[in-house]
Amino acid sequence: MNTRILVTATAAVLLGGVAVGYTALSATPDTDDVATAPSTGGDRVQILTNGRLSSVDRTDPTGPRNVTEQRCDRAYEAAGTISCLRPVGALKAGELAVLDKDLKERRTIPLTGFPNRTRVSASGRMIGWTLFVDGHSYAANGFSTSTGILDTKTGTTVMSLEEFTAYVDDKPYQASDVNFWGVTFTADDNRFYATMSTNGHRYLVEGDFAARTIRTLIDNVECPSLSPDGTRIAYKAANNGDPQQGWRLSTMDLKTKTITPLPETRSVDDQPAWLDDDTVAYALQESDGTNNTWTVPATPEGTPTLYIPNANSPSP
Amino acid sequence: MYLSTVERPRKLGWKGLSGNVFALGTVSLITDVSSEMVTAVLPLYLVVGLGLSPAAYGVIDGVYTGATTLLRLVGGYLADKTDRRKAVAGTGYALSAVAKLGLLIAGTSTALLGAAITIDRAGKGLRTAPRDALITLSTPSGDLGRAFGVHRAMDGVGAFLGPLVALAVLAAAADSFDAVFVASFCVAAMGVVVLAMFVRDHRSTLPAREPVRVKEIGTLLRDSRVRRLVIAAAVLGLATIGDGFVYLLLQKREGLTIGWFPLLAVGTSLVYLLLAAPLGALADKIGRLPVMLAGYVALATAYLLIHSPLDGIPLHLAVLALYGTFYATTDGVLMALAGPALPERLRTTGIALIQSGQALAYLGSSVLFGLAWKYFGPETATRLAAAGVATALVTTAYLLGRRR
Repeated sequence: MNTRILVTATAAVLLGGVAVGYTALSATPDTDDVATAPSTGGDRVQILTNGRLSSVDRTDPTGPRNVTEQRCDRAYEAAGTISCLRPVGALKAGELAVLDKDLKERRTIPLTGFPNRTRVSASGRMIGWTLFVDGHSYAANGFSTSTGILDTKTGTTVMSLEEFTAYVDDKPYQASDVNFWGVTFTADDNRFYATMSTNGHRYLVEGDFAARTIRTLIDNVECPSLSPDGTRIAYKAANNGDPQQGWRLSTMDLKTKTITPLPETRSVDDQPAWLDDDTVAYALQESDGTNNTWTVPATPEGTPTLYIPNANSPSP
Repeated sequence: MYLSTVERPRKLGWKGLSGNVFALGTVSLITDVSSEMVTAVLPLYLVVGLGLSPAAYGVIDGVYTGATTLLRLVGGYLADKTDRRKAVAGTGYALSAVAKLGLLIAGTSTALLGAAITIDRAGKGLRTAPRDALITLSTPSGDLGRAFGVHRAMDGVGAFLGPLVALAVLAAAADSFDAVFVASFCVAAMGVVVLAMFVRDHRSTLPAREPVRVKEIGTLLRDSRVRRLVIAAAVLGLATIGDGFVYLLLQKREGLTIGWFPLLAVGTSLVYLLLAAPLGALADKIGRLPVMLAGYVALATAYLLIHSPLDGIPLHLAVLALYGTFYATTDGVLMALAGPALPERLRTTGIALIQSGQALAYLGSSVLFGLAWKYFGPETATRLAAAGVATALVTTAYLLGRRR
């Protein structure tokens, strides 16, 4: 009996020591060189570096990087407004944080779900976001999203676009399987484009924030992003209309509905971002989990270029 | 009630239970702390930590359960054949411990993560039947409800503590999931040590015994009592739609934040651990079947409540209380019902058979419920599930209420 207790006690001390020791070591803070405030000089591209808000010089994207302590899962910046979808932790829920260019928190909105997309309108006034709600996807391919919009000027918040009146082919439409994702705003800070999925379709929709309406335009468009000149969208088009087969980055002229598949042949699961009227940026996840930001010309010809290694959520 | 509960000559107190039951309970307690630590953080780790899409997570989560069901049978058969129940159970516990380190090594590779989770579940598959057989072999048949009740209560304490320990480790380790896996491994290894040191194997008392053959599993199934138990267990499995679904339904209805997920499981296990022992004892006293049937009533009520006028905290409390009661009245009680009906030398195999039937049916019910949810919506799906439970109640009463 004594031996048994001795062996058990020894094992308890050893194993307990390992567990406590490892936990204590894990708590040691990272020793990365971290800037405390964002750099404002020069023309900069905002990105996320390992989940931290960062920026690089547009003309020297692989050069010195300014990494802040601000953590986000997805982020976007326009005209000094930063939208940051803060990570969900074991002990805390996620939220949308609206920051100014000095990273001062202007407001937060508590959110439920896993951050997926966010965009700020060019003027910095409107913010859109998308979250995955069913992190636990028990039904095989089923998932649910929640997409909302905040008007930072009036404070008007729409927690879910499902509150809006939807029209499919100009007929009022209601269904329980409606999901929205990937908002992009027009220059008037009222209209926006997004994806509405229902009944096997993934429509490009045009929304009117003030009128609270959504209208379908065309099928098989996901995560649209409006070009700076407002004439085209860049988006991910499901190969053969089937997202299981991956996506092809494409652009579409909104007037002529002409589709141009971009010269990036890998499947891109990201909402593209326009760096300028000729260049589209997007994140690609490598097999080891690293994110890299690439660019591709918004033309049928050309080649993708690795723009910023170890970076995602690019915003011009 | 066909069990010989009436001929129990004297009333044994809790102290009358063999030390082996308490030793096995301690091992289960420690091991459950370890496994529930991982269960609590795994969805978060996969989806937030590694950035897997929900679909990829669903695959990892769902695919590996089938294989472990077969391993249960293998474990049960091996334990009977070699007459070494402790060794087989110990292998299962050790495999699960090693799997925790596997999670650490797997990094972001989906394939390796899947392998680690499979090893973990394989370990669980191997150990469950020999462990329950050891409990029945260490306990007089009249006290089985009490013995399983005590074991499941201790198990429940582990399940209750696991998520809390995980959250504590995460808080102490600055949200490092690695630390949770390492701590979970250390706890699991401690469980193996306690098993090795304090659990006594129950070797057969018959000196020259026939070796157990595979075809005897067939013989076992030809016994109508065993067959009825297997069918009843399968019906029980079919009526249960999966904890994840129940918590997800609550989350959807009340817009709970994701961080509450582990706490729902904690609430259920709290009710379970508090009720398992007293309800087990009650089953010994008034009969195991009525207690189990009352559990079905609790389950059906829980399903119906999810879409009822009740909402907010009262809804959560009521559903978790009923859900925990259901587990307390069925999990151990079914084993207590089964034990005496199985011949001693094939008992582990028989237990494995019953548990496999239940697990396979459970898998099927999850798929069916997922489909019902998709096509009819959550409200109709839960009502169908409640109707399924009512059917299970009638079937079980008919199957197990017969005297022969």
